[in-house]
Amino acid sequence: MSAQIIPSRTPAETTLVESFGAVKASLPGSADVAKLREDNFAAFVEAGLPHRRVEAWHYTDLRTIMREALPLAAAPSPAALEGLKKDVAALPLHGTKLVIVDGAFVPELSDKAPEGVTISSLATVLSSGKPDLLTLLAGQGMGAGDAIVALNAAMMQDGIVIEVAPGAVVAEPLNLIYATASATPVARFSRSLVSVGAKASVAIAESSLGEGGRTGQTNGCLIFSVEDEAKVTHTSLLTGSVAGSIRLETFMVSLGARVKFDSFALISGQGLTRRQIFLRFNGEESESTMRGASLLRGREYADTTLFAEHLAPSCVGREIFKYILDDEAVGVFQGKIHVAPEAQQTDGRMLSKALLLTDGVVMNNKPELEIFADDVACAHGATCGGLSEEQIFYLQARGLPYKEAEALLLEAFAAELVDELEDEKTAETLRGEISSWLAARVVK
Amino acid sequence: MLEVKNLNVSIGDRKILNDFCITVKDGEVAAIMGPNGTGKSTLSYVMSGRPGYTVESGEVLLNGVNLLDFEPNERAAKGLFLAFQYPLEIPGVATMTFLKAALNAQRKYRGEPELSTPELMKKVNAAASKLGIKSDMMKRALNVGFSGGEKKRMDILQMALLEPSFGILDETDSGLDIDALRIVSEGVNSLRDPKRGFLVITHYQRLLDYIVPDTVHVMAGGRIVRTGGKELALELEKSGYAEYLGEEKAA
Repeated sequence: MSAQIIPSRTPAETTLVESFGAVKASLPGSADVAKLREDNFAAFVEAGLPHRRVEAWHYTDLRTIMREALPLAAAPSPAALEGLKKDVAALPLHGTKLVIVDGAFVPELSDKAPEGVTISSLATVLSSGKPDLLTLLAGQGMGAGDAIVALNAAMMQDGIVIEVAPGAVVAEPLNLIYATASATPVARFSRSLVSVGAKASVAIAESSLGEGGRTGQTNGCLIFSVEDEAKVTHTSLLTGSVAGSIRLETFMVSLGARVKFDSFALISGQGLTRRQIFLRFNGEESESTMRGASLLRGREYADTTLFAEHLAPSCVGREIFKYILDDEAVGVFQGKIHVAPEAQQTDGRMLSKALLLTDGVVMNNKPELEIFADDVACAHGATCGGLSEEQIFYLQARGLPYKEAEALLLEAFAAELVDELEDEKTAETLRGEISSWLAARVVK
Repeated sequence: MLEVKNLNVSIGDRKILNDFCITVKDGEVAAIMGPNGTGKSTLSYVMSGRPGYTVESGEVLLNGVNLLDFEPNERAAKGLFLAFQYPLEIPGVATMTFLKAALNAQRKYRGEPELSTPELMKKVNAAASKLGIKSDMMKRALNVGFSGGEKKRMDILQMALLEPSFGILDETDSGLDIDALRIVSEGVNSLRDPKRGFLVITHYQRLLDYIVPDTVHVMAGGRIVRTGGKELALELEKSGYAEYLGEEKAA
């Protein structure tokens, strides 16, 4: 007989319990939504903050790391929003700007929806929304059992709901811009949905404005529901987080049949970033490519954890994540491909590649395959190593100084994933981010 | 002019070059022949500055400057070019990007103005068409997925663009079929110039039918053991290296 361990609540958990009690009445949503919040919060309380004995969080022991829970962000003041106006206008982004300030969608700062696209705030949908959207917002069971996803569902303050009409071809990207109006670090919980109709085509780009999403504690959830034969590209810039900040980003993607889905995320910054991806193939013959690059130095830390579920036959999944680790940085990649019995002819490949620039860095790789179908081609791989001295010498022998040779190879390593992006302007922006990270590198 | 004087080199406690001496005048093409494992590739790597070798003593003077005092990139900027036996693949670096970076790094080191992209394109395209290099290769990552012949041609293209005062060809014939060998050799021959010397390292005489040397040196045991004209290569082709293997043991 083993004694049951009942962990005491951490100060952060205690604050979250108090905080939920205080705000739940004012959080948006119908009575059904309020019930959903209660259920999710109960699930969170039972599990507590994720810790190392929770397999999916083994390396990122949030229970220990998160010493306190910050106060919930207040609704931004009109003056603060006014102040953000010119910053938004100055953003060098092409396409439609949609601004989320401390978790809340702000139509006044945002562009109008292009043709074929309907945009609402999450609060509106939760209060008066259509039942089908509410189902999609619940993530269709993806992330079930994850305490951070449950906490997000309980506390979600606002977010954006984007509906792309069937057959609509949205030419320019829809930019989700995260901004902040708070002078002090706060906690924000946002949940957004992109529902893409059959045969539609859209590009979504997530980025930050100023310290938006880069300070305090962020628990964000972005859900994609993609209908048959649609085409979606997605990029996310999770860069520039400040020291002490915690950014938890959940990315849920469910795909119909013959969909093409392509996603790239760039992670850098001094705060802790945990990105969790739940990918589900519901329809046959879909293709998904998930890519990510994490550039970490100092004592920075980033965790990407991916769960790809093949539930339908003949889908192609490509997952490739790269890390450049310098100084004493720590990288985590956990990836699991699950192939259900009915998902015959699945072609799933997952790869993690880490460049370790010093002896002081740590890379944790945990690739897994869980296959219940008998006619599949699945593979996973993980590599860790330094830059090739042979390649550096080759470049030096052609005239490049050592540092330049090294920088060229590092840039090539990270930018290789960006080169595959279709949208050249987006690729250019991402290349710029990678170059500036490398330029700031202190070569010892 | 290249003068290698009393060069002694080891790897760990194994001596590779043993009081090695050679002089190659401007405009001269000198061939070094010798059996495997006699230090030919070590010589080319030590001259160009690859790490991993211990230079115990000696000098490598290019136009009077001791290259051993400089980093590999500085040696390149001072006019030394090594055509690799196996040019490396550099994934993610577009060939054109690399060419521009290399050319401008050398120009910058020498205090010359950098080349603009149009100027560079013009130079590259002219040199590439001479070597039968297709323009789509310039857009691809450097040497990635290139055949052995394409890689060698790319190396010669780099030599044509960088205009070194001295070129070392390290086993340039390895991995080449006859057609590729001819194209690469023609590329090298077109770069022969009264002001430019070459050191051609090979263990087959075949390459020297295409790149005809002024002098031939036989290397064994980490040093030059015999020197002659181009007819020496033919003699070696017949007799082999057996008579020089005693030198090997003595080293």
